[in-house]
Formats: sequence, C-alpha cells, structure tokens
Amino acid sequence: MAKADFEIPELKEYPEVPKVVPGTMAHSQPFIAKPEFQEPLGFPGELPEDWHDKAISAMGDLLGKYRSLQVYLDSCVKCGACTDKCHYYLGTKDPKNMPVGRQDLLRKVYRRYFTFAGKYFPKLVGAEDLTKEVLDDWYSYFHQCSQCRRCSVFCPYGIDTAEISMAAREIMDRIGVGQKYCNEIIGKVYKIGNNLGLPEAALADTLEGLEEDVEEDTGVAVKYPLDVKGADILLVTPSADFFAEPHVDGLIGYGKVFHEAGVSWTLSSKASEAANFGMFIGSYENMRRVSMRIREAALELGVKRIIFGECGHAWRVAYSFLNTLAGPFDFLDPKYPVPQHILEFTWNEIQKGTLNIDKSANDDMVLTFHDSCNVARASRMGPEPGGQFKIPRNVIKAVCNNFYDMAPETIHEKTFCCGGGGGLLTDDLMELRVKGAKPRMEALKNVIEEHGVTNMAAICAICKSQFTKVLPYYGLDMDMIVSVHQLVSNAIILTGQTSEDDDDESADDAA
Amino acid sequence: MSFLTIAFAALFYAATLLLVVGLVRRIMLYWKTPAPLKIPTTPAPVTQSGVVMRMFREVVFFESLFKSTKWTWLFGWVFHMALFAVLFRHLRYFTDIQWLMAIVAFVSPLFKYLAFAMIIGLLGLLGRRLFVDRVRYISAPSDYLMLLLLLLIGISGAMTTFVAHTDVVVVKQFFRSLMYFNFGDMPNLPTDPFILVHLFLVALLMIIFPVSKLLHAPGVFFSPTRNQVDNPREQRHVADWARKLEQ
Repeated sequence: MAKADFEIPELKEYPEVPKVVPGTMAHSQPFIAKPEFQEPLGFPGELPEDWHDKAISAMGDLLGKYRSLQVYLDSCVKCGACTDKCHYYLGTKDPKNMPVGRQDLLRKVYRRYFTFAGKYFPKLVGAEDLTKEVLDDWYSYFHQCSQCRRCSVFCPYGIDTAEISMAAREIMDRIGVGQKYCNEIIGKVYKIGNNLGLPEAALADTLEGLEEDVEEDTGVAVKYPLDVKGADILLVTPSADFFAEPHVDGLIGYGKVFHEAGVSWTLSSKASEAANFGMFIGSYENMRRVSMRIREAALELGVKRIIFGECGHAWRVAYSFLNTLAGPFDFLDPKYPVPQHILEFTWNEIQKGTLNIDKSANDDMVLTFHDSCNVARASRMGPEPGGQFKIPRNVIKAVCNNFYDMAPETIHEKTFCCGGGGGLLTDDLMELRVKGAKPRMEALKNVIEEHGVTNMAAICAICKSQFTKVLPYYGLDMDMIVSVHQLVSNAIILTGQTSEDDDDESADDAA
Repeated sequence: MSFLTIAFAALFYAATLLLVVGLVRRIMLYWKTPAPLKIPTTPAPVTQSGVVMRMFREVVFFESLFKSTKWTWLFGWVFHMALFAVLFRHLRYFTDIQWLMAIVAFVSPLFKYLAFAMIIGLLGLLGRRLFVDRVRYISAPSDYLMLLLLLLIGISGAMTTFVAHTDVVVVKQFFRSLMYFNFGDMPNLPTDPFILVHLFLVALLMIIFPVSKLLHAPGVFFSPTRNQVDNPREQRHVADWARKLEQ
C-alpha cells in the first residue's frame, strides 16, 4: 500500500453516510497560481487592495450572465436531498463538502449583498459578509468539488454545484486567486498546444514510435498521422494518450479501428489536446479560446469530420459546448454530427461488421466499467438519451467475454466520480483524491468479490490517471485500469496480421 | 367597519401587491438572464415535448427528490399536494363560477381532511431538520421559521373547520368586497382568534414569498439542468453577451 500521511478510509460492504465532522478538510488547499500564469489567462497576478469590492462586482457580473447561478442561488430550500450524494462528503465527512454546504459558502455572500432578506436580516437567513476567512474557505472547498454533477441528479430543482463552483473559481481568478494546476495547464495549451507541454517534434516522435510498435506486434503498417492536410477525420484526444499508461493503449486502439475502417485521419499539432480546463475554472472566455484551436486546426487541415478520443470533461465541452463556442461547423460534412465520440465511430464499425474481432484475446480479464461523470451526466453518445451508457458497454461486450456492472446505484447517471476530476488531479490534493475515491472503490471492491472482476475500463484520461494513482492506497493494483479502446485494440485482428497481438509482452509484464 | 376589518383589508392589499410585484420582478429577472451554455443533466430529453414531460414529472411527482431520499420525498410531496388540495377548496372564497363551485363542493368533504395530511407532512419535514445531523447543519433560523409559519397556518386553518367554526359566508363576503373594491358591502370580519391568526399568517407568507427560499416555486421552471433540450450538436446556442466575443 502506498504511503500516506493521512488516514485512508476503510471500505465497507454497504456504503455508510457518515455523521458530519466539521472542518476535517479545511486545511486542504491547492497551490496558488503565480502571477506569470495568471496574466496570460486575462487575470490579475495577485490579490489587489480592493479585492472585496472587485469580488462582489464579479459576482454581480456573473449573476447577470448565467441564469443557472441566479436561479440556483435563490432556489435552494435546504431539503437535504443532496447531503449524502457527494463522494467528497462521503469520503471526508466534512459538511462543507455536502453539495448544499459547498453552495452555501457562495450563497451566504450572495444573500448578504444581493438580496433583501440578507441585507436587512442576515442572521435570520444565514447571510454573511465576504471576509478573508470566507475567501479562504472558498479557496479550500471550491477546490474540493470535481464538478461531477451527481448532486444535480438528485436535487428537486436541478441545482448543479458544478455551476456554483465554476462561478466561485471565476470570481477568485478575477481577484488574482487562481489555482496553479489549472491555470498553468491552460497557459501551456496557449503556448505549446497541449496540457502536457509536448512540442510538435516530441509528438511526431511518439507517433512514429507507436507505428513501429504496432508493426512489430502485428506485421501491419498502421499509421498514426500528424498534421496531414486533406485527411477526412481530425482526431482530437487528451495529450495523456500520447504517453501515459494505460491511455496510450487506447490511442493505439483508435488507430487500429481507423485503419480497419479504411478512413483517412490525422492528429493536429495545433489541437493536440482534447481537454479544456477553461471549463474547470468557469471561464467562458478561456473555454472559448481553447476551443477555437480545434476549429482553426480543422480549417487548416481541411478535414470533413471531427472525432474526440476518450476523455470525460473534454467530451462534455466537445458535445455540449463546441458548436456554441467555436461553431458553426458548416464547413464540415453535414452527414456526421459535430463532433463525434470515438466510441460512436467504433460502435458503428462494429455494427457494420468492418472489424474482425477475436473476443478471446481479452479472456485474461473480467471487466467492469466506470461511467465517467461528465460523459454520464453532461453529454450523450448516439441519437438516444442514455446512449452514453449503452454504447461504451456495447463496445466492451463486443470485444470481451466477461463483463459485470457495479451496483446500480453507483453507475449510469448515479455514477461516482473517480475523485480527481474538475481540475483536482494534482499531487497537492492527494488526500482529497484518495478520500474522494472511496465510494467508487467500495463499489469496485464489491464487484471484485462477487464476480472476480480483475479490471475496470474507463473512458476518461483523468479517471485513468486518478485510478492509477489511488488504487494502491486501497490495496488494489494500479494496472487494473484499462482504456476501452485498449480492449478493442487487443481484440482486433488486423487485415493481414501475421501474429497474435502482444501476448508475449503482457506475459513479461505480469512476471 | 371595525378597525380590525380595515387593518386586515389594508394588510391584504399590501400583501397582494408585494407578492405580485415581487414575483413578477423575480420571474422577469430569471427570464432575462441568459443561459449561455447547454447544461441539461443527462440523460435528458432530445425534444421540446420531452422537456415538458420531464418538467411535469418534476413538478407534479417530485421525480428527482424521489430518486434521492424516499422519506424526504414522502413528507415533502404529501405536504405540497395537500396544500394544493386545500388551496383549491379555498376557491370558494374568491369566485362564484358555477361549474368550478360544483367541483369544489364535490371534493370539499374529502379535501378538508387533507389539512391533517399537510400538517403531518410539515411535521415530518421539521423532524428531519431537527434530527438528521446533516440537515440540522445546513438549516438557518429562517428554515425553521418557514416550517413553523406553514404549520401554524395549517393548524389555525384546520381549527376554523374542525374546532370553532368560523362564519365562512362573512369571510367570503369580506374577500369578494376586497377583490372588487366594493367597500360599501364589506362586512366586519369575524373576531374569533383562529381565523384572525390564520389570515394574518397567510398575509405574512405572501409578503415574504418573493424574498425567501419559496422562490423555488418559480425557480424550478427556470432551472437550465431541467428545462433544456439536449440538442447542442444540432443547434448553436449563443447568448447575446457571448456573441459579442465573436466580433
């Protein structure tokens, strides 16, 4: 088990709702963004003298721009329906991690400055002045929300804490209190093109290496093209897919599927990142600027379609916002939705029978599937509502023989977050990440014990990275996380393939 | 007219004005505030009629609350439905429309007992606020006061029916005179304490409605996670303030 200087929650067979223990996570704060990382995003470098007035005026500005914020700050009746729904509350017992508790950090200030009751009867309605202590609380607890929207499923008014936490983070950014992890990454996207800061030469090198590996394994020359003008499909995928495990196995899978489908495709060095951290910090302007790269890349390369790789919040931004932020995409082929998810493409090819699949290639695994929150509760795949649950499972079942779902109250729209989403996938928040993963770990452990599950498939770069890191804390093997397209990759028999896929290699790994 | 009658007449005019003006202003605010991005909680309907159905299930059956916590749903739903049934019965004080009165007369003998369901629902909600530590943690004084206010309205109202009958014909005449500004025919209000407490608290509820959490009533209809169609790939959805960024 990994070392930790905090208590690792004990997994129970039946999840328990803890009694509230105020302040357990008050100390948890991510590093603050330095001025040089604030300014490229259009934010001040540090807290100014008049931060109080600036914050209140930023709140007023956002209230006028977002109906969600205005309605959600007014409508809560404190019914308690959300109090036991957040994975961070379940894992930390801190009541400010209950969705309503978190919202109230902002709501009490809203009431004080923007409502009649809060101006004249603050004590009665729980309104409070914005003080430095309140701001510190904001910084702690709005960086303990992964914006997973599980609370919004259960709220009778659909109040979505993600909207509140995005607004709070934007207010903080506007007064120079930015979070290092998110803002540095957005800066890298502007400067180099992707979250990891991989320059074009490194990308080209990596892709060449992949081509060599696949050819060595299969004897087939599968291409992983970069910046190819006139290709039909632009693939935009999280940069983690270029080098991290198990992400890269997914990228290998996408290439094999495209190869077998006989379509021309390309990656772009300009849009070499699907993730859009502009969403995490609630900044429409930054989210738009990051999105525009994809439009520009599509225009420059002259592609007909845009397809996104496996990434949860990237798919939310792509599916729900890309057309709005960077559209209209009337220069693309109108036969296809803009954008498409790689799983929509693969499922379509499987149904057409284009892919030659040997399911037994995955017989060494018994699988379960982790619904990623932004895919499950903020997007769709295919034409029908709920396609985002069915299509990934259909693909998994088409390439594997052994599949079992986790408990129904922990999957589909009720899925538990991995604990690392929303811009929290940073080492300075490790305690939060481990504790927040507890509900997912419990459900996973149950399905391991009941069905002998050996691996969990995921379709989000953050989920994959987060699980790889936190599983060992719970005594589980970090390698049990796999990409869905890694499973596809294992099972595809390429046309003209000379050998079984990398069986030998995985035997080596096991030893 | 007695001083008491004049005072109550003035109170109800003021309360009605504050309720209507306050609510209209708030609803206009919600209406005018843009929703710049599509954010329905999915899986969401892909058609407008699907959204209407989703909203109907939400407003009439409290679908999301049902998914969440069964007994909060039970108490909350029973309270709201009983409240509406009882309010429906109150129509007899405000109108003479024949067919409507026929329905009211038909359901009245049953609906009057729903006052007890309303009170039980409210007691359940109060109990949960007192005894569940998570809900106690998030409750402000106003949350308790609101429940107490509604409880007292329910109890005082039930008293006028089941304990000390108020002269409802006089009450009806009072409100009809108020509605038509017909002060010549305005009778003196009955002076039994239950009806006076009941009426006073109802006026108070009307006054605080637009500045309180009771705004959840109009708010639910404006909630983007519930009222948006899931069609962002098919349709662009650009708010005016966001369109300016494109120039």
